[in-house]
Amino acid sequence: MIDYSKVINTTVKEIKPSGIRKFFDIAATMEDVISLGVGEPDFQTPWQIRKAGINSLERGRTKYTSNKGYNKLLEEISKYMERKFNLKYSPEDEMLVTVGGSEAIDACIRAIVGSGDEVIIPQPSYVCYEPVTRLAGGVPVIINTKAENDFKVTPEELRAAITNRTKVLILPYPCNPTGAIMEREDIEKLYEVLKDTNIIVLSDEIYAELTFSGKPHVSPASVEGMRERTVTINGFSKAFSMTGWRLGFACGPKEILKQIIKIHQFAIMCAPTTSQYAAIEALRSCDDEVEAMVKEYNMRRRMIVNGFNKLGLVCREPKGAFYAFPCIKSTGMTSEEFCEKLLYSKRVAVVPGTAFGDSGEGFVRASYCYSVEHIKEALRRIGEFLDEIN
Amino acid sequence: MKYEILKLLARNAKYTEEEIATMLDADADDIKKAIKELEKDGLIRGYKAVVDWEKLDGAYVSAIIEINVVPKAGLGFEEVAKKIMSYPQVESVYLMSGVYDLNVVVKGKTLQDIAWFVAKELATIDSVTSTTTHFVMRRYKELDVELVSKDEDDRGQLWI
Repeated sequence: MIDYSKVINTTVKEIKPSGIRKFFDIAATMEDVISLGVGEPDFQTPWQIRKAGINSLERGRTKYTSNKGYNKLLEEISKYMERKFNLKYSPEDEMLVTVGGSEAIDACIRAIVGSGDEVIIPQPSYVCYEPVTRLAGGVPVIINTKAENDFKVTPEELRAAITNRTKVLILPYPCNPTGAIMEREDIEKLYEVLKDTNIIVLSDEIYAELTFSGKPHVSPASVEGMRERTVTINGFSKAFSMTGWRLGFACGPKEILKQIIKIHQFAIMCAPTTSQYAAIEALRSCDDEVEAMVKEYNMRRRMIVNGFNKLGLVCREPKGAFYAFPCIKSTGMTSEEFCEKLLYSKRVAVVPGTAFGDSGEGFVRASYCYSVEHIKEALRRIGEFLDEIN
Repeated sequence: MKYEILKLLARNAKYTEEEIATMLDADADDIKKAIKELEKDGLIRGYKAVVDWEKLDGAYVSAIIEINVVPKAGLGFEEVAKKIMSYPQVESVYLMSGVYDLNVVVKGKTLQDIAWFVAKELATIDSVTSTTTHFVMRRYKELDVELVSKDEDDRGQLWI
């Protein structure tokens, strides 16, 4: 008999499954659940993008592309990065098309982080950075960002987290789940701390198109001095409503990209060809569609933030991504208690802030990837819930 | 701003002024004022429910009728259009480019109702030279609202 407890890699065994899963499993068994749980757009992929995917299949474009991606797509990404974020990357040796932003994050961390190396991870943030770091043998060093700082990383927090083992700083902005963004001056301050180090910034900008402050997203690499120390990760999932197509990309200094491409080459070979053809169309002709979606998200955002604040759950203005992150401390409950009770008594699903790190305690994540009517109904039920517990 | 308000009300006329103000990051009083003006200026012509009458008791039939007319000197199509639109059975009247002149949407309880209405009322109008009646077999979408059951939200396989 095989003793499976001895088979599995200890590092893997010790990784906890995502905390969000539990709520999903409960919600899945219930009828009439109003969910504010999912982290993907409700819009369908714009038609011309789908059409481009279909056309590529009809023309029989069903083979591998080159490891780093189809060259026409790389060229379009290069143009897009310059047009949107004022960043110049060469399709030759400074970029890679990946299977979603997720693969880019994994490959980038693995390319840089070895045994015992430290990765600074601001939290609350997306759930993958910590396990991916551990899988690479690295040590996560958490910065607990604070609501009073609008969940930004401050230079003081960064300085305190740096040791001589620090290899990577993750910058997950615009931030899932807090909706926080980093503005130019915030990044400039971090640069002052980073400038005499060899620390590489992994900037996860998957929500870059979804900012609502009126100013466009500032990509950290575009701040003076940052380009040489930054790997920029972005993708098609959120901006173009293409989650299921699994397509992202990484851009950065060629010395690092060369190594990331090696990992990608052996682990993945190449990103899905159909998706790559579709993505070319996304970058070429969908600015209007993206703008319309952003406008729609913005209306929902105002609706949900206003709603939470009216209910007495203090909700700071999320300036990016598509989540509201209201504080539920006034209820006296923990985040998990709040979410569980709300789900059982009113059948509204939100995600406890603690799923995104301990510093998420006292908050819940409510996605506004839903129609205004859906959001109104959820808020109505949450209002009832609050009345009943008071 | 007015355009944004119209777009929202065209989507859902039940949005309150406060809700519209929140969505557009504006003052509720300003929204109220703007809506009053839109009503006064005739940009907003009415508010009504989008009803799926077929669900009620099945007694609902509609038809699109293509009408050719001889326009009157000095009056063009106005006179006949006005006469046609005065019937309560008539839901909409459009002057068309192309092979016929007026497109008229008519509703009734039975096919017979509509057939009689076309034969007795529309076809007998002096300037009407011909009518072609197309009965609606199924309504999929009306006024931007989907009348067939929607695809379920298939998200939520993955919560991230």
